[in-house]
Amino acid sequence: MRRWWDPIQELEQLKREMDEIFRAFSEDVFDIPSFRFSFLPGVSARTYPLVNIAEDKDNVYVEALAPGIAPESLEVSVLNNTVRIAGEKPAVKDVKPEAFHRSERGAGKFIRTISLPVEVDADKVKAEYKNGILLLTLPKAESAKPKQIAISVN
Amino acid sequence: MKETTIPVKTQSKQVPDTRDSSKTLRPPVDIFESPEGLTVIADLPGVHKEDVQIQVENDILTIKAVAKSQLTIDPTYREFELYPYFRQFQLSDKTDQEKIKAEMKNGVLIIHLPKKESAKPKQISVTVS
Repeated sequence: MRRWWDPIQELEQLKREMDEIFRAFSEDVFDIPSFRFSFLPGVSARTYPLVNIAEDKDNVYVEALAPGIAPESLEVSVLNNTVRIAGEKPAVKDVKPEAFHRSERGAGKFIRTISLPVEVDADKVKAEYKNGILLLTLPKAESAKPKQIAISVN
Repeated sequence: MKETTIPVKTQSKQVPDTRDSSKTLRPPVDIFESPEGLTVIADLPGVHKEDVQIQVENDILTIKAVAKSQLTIDPTYREFELYPYFRQFQLSDKTDQEKIKAEMKNGVLIIHLPKKESAKPKQISVTVS
């Protein structure tokens, strides 16, 4: 139900469609193992960290690929149905630039905001950082859970 | 008349396995050098300390690791997939292969490859008379 022509919403829609096109394209063309450098942060402004989102009856799970993050720099905040993940991947310290033979791992600060399909209960969100993967367990808000309605038969 | 077969001597080549048939990921690495040796840092997200295999054979350093997802159910939205990691590097003859050390922290593997004593730079003091 849209009352007015909303340019912001139109742009948002266009952006989403473009994202979808590029995602489909890159999956076809770059589906070669050597192209999967996808968890490289910092080198250019690309989406980081990459996430997988799963859902069951009670929870939404967000799994983010973020190796080598300083655990104390990780910040997760939740507002209604958006999750914001921020942190910093520290660069290798005390090494002169000319001492590097290879430098493929990026470093730096990152922020990513993810929209979830449902509202979540911000007070009960759990975050766990293990082996370079951040796992968020976000319980769904009571209002977002399906309700069983009893039918009385006369 | 008795039939005899003469075994043919075949020489098996000592070529290490430099390829892996399964689908693997090539982890990004940083390699830097110091007077003491080389340090290799590799990003291996999702890998537990016990699931990393580091081998040195015929001067080839092999990193193999198996990544595990923490999700128990299939994701509905997917941006990455975890495959085993595999990458190999040719070591120089200056590396002291007996003293290679590795450590794993937060999904990052750090391998120290010290140089042989003979390959280290020596400071020679010059006395001026």
